[in-house]
Amino acid sequence: MEAKENQGELWEVFIQSKPGQSFKHAGSVHAYDKEMAIENARDVYTRRAEGTGLWVVPSKEIIAVTVNEAAYFFEPADEKIYRHPTFYQMPEGVKNM
Amino acid sequence: MNTIAPAMEELLAAFEEKINAEVKIEPKDWMPEEYRQHLIRQISQHAHSEVIGMQPEGNWISRAPSLRSKKILLAKIQDEGGHGLYLYSAAETLGVSREQFIAWLHEGKAKYSSVFNYPTLNWADVGAIGWLVDGAAITNQVSLQRTSYGPYARAMVRICKEESFHQRQGYEIMWRMMEGTKAQQQMAQDALNRWWWPALMMFGPHDSDSPHSSLAMKWKIKRESNDYLRDKFINKTIPQAELIGLKVPDPNLQLISEGIYKHGDINWDEFWEVVKGNGPCNQQRLEHHIKAHKEGAWVRATALASKSNN
Repeated sequence: MEAKENQGELWEVFIQSKPGQSFKHAGSVHAYDKEMAIENARDVYTRRAEGTGLWVVPSKEIIAVTVNEAAYFFEPADEKIYRHPTFYQMPEGVKNM
Repeated sequence: MNTIAPAMEELLAAFEEKINAEVKIEPKDWMPEEYRQHLIRQISQHAHSEVIGMQPEGNWISRAPSLRSKKILLAKIQDEGGHGLYLYSAAETLGVSREQFIAWLHEGKAKYSSVFNYPTLNWADVGAIGWLVDGAAITNQVSLQRTSYGPYARAMVRICKEESFHQRQGYEIMWRMMEGTKAQQQMAQDALNRWWWPALMMFGPHDSDSPHSSLAMKWKIKRESNDYLRDKFINKTIPQAELIGLKVPDPNLQLISEGIYKHGDINWDEFWEVVKGNGPCNQQRLEHHIKAHKEGAWVRATALASKSNN
């Protein structure tokens, strides 16, 4: 028997764990509308005061890099080691650099 | 006369309580209009500085002395463009559009850091900019990681992390030149002579003459004063200069105690002239930005016209 979809849309949940910090992905919830989504997110993901801020975003609105595309997306950065401070030589004894 | 409605007073009290408790203000929180306006001005000025700052260094991409140095310079300038984007995004959370920020820049209503109105005359200038201009910017930005506005603070954390290579690549250029020929050493010293004072001016007027500081300090947009940050920069930079045989061009520089220096008088007349638009490159920098923006119009139009529904 094919179950009928009756759970509402999927929403992705982001939590800010301390004031001022970036929001981090926590998981997802089902809900029929924005209000229900944010309330469900609170009930499911912040029962132990994990957050000072909470976002929900419709999952279908998220654009993601697929596993197959990942190399094409990120590999060019691998050979640009000069973007890291350790690439540079410094004279002996230099401070605060 | 009390013109503040009671509701407003309560909002202000709650806002200041958060500020005092080191709780960051987020875009959807209530904030006083002066706080919003100060942030709009400061963050957009910061964003414009990142983008305009690409020009003096861009001047040397085609003439970088090696492939290694060219790749590094391109990567650094690309970072500056990226930092401008982080900051425009943070500024947009305050309810002003990107187009408006660019328009204010082009109309001369918004400023950018005056240091970018000086020319880059030789290769050592690229070294001096990384070491001194980025060094001064880092000193300021490390402090701003603790600014009270959440999106600005988070942009600063990301920028400071990425900036860590900028100063080192600049100092490496200076060090290599000081290890080189007499002519290369002179170029390095000449670049330091020309960039030292503009770098010190980056911290802004003395605390006693700083018009926007008091409210900004009270509401923790700024965390440390102009003079405090300038002294911090001087104290860490002078030993770096001495280590590689460079001399800071300040005849009145005094060593107060170990590691603590007192600088000679800064030429504030020059500073205000450059702020007013009369620096060596003000016109060139702004005209170039306007030209690039106009020449990019077809790209924006094409992107919009070919927008897919996916």
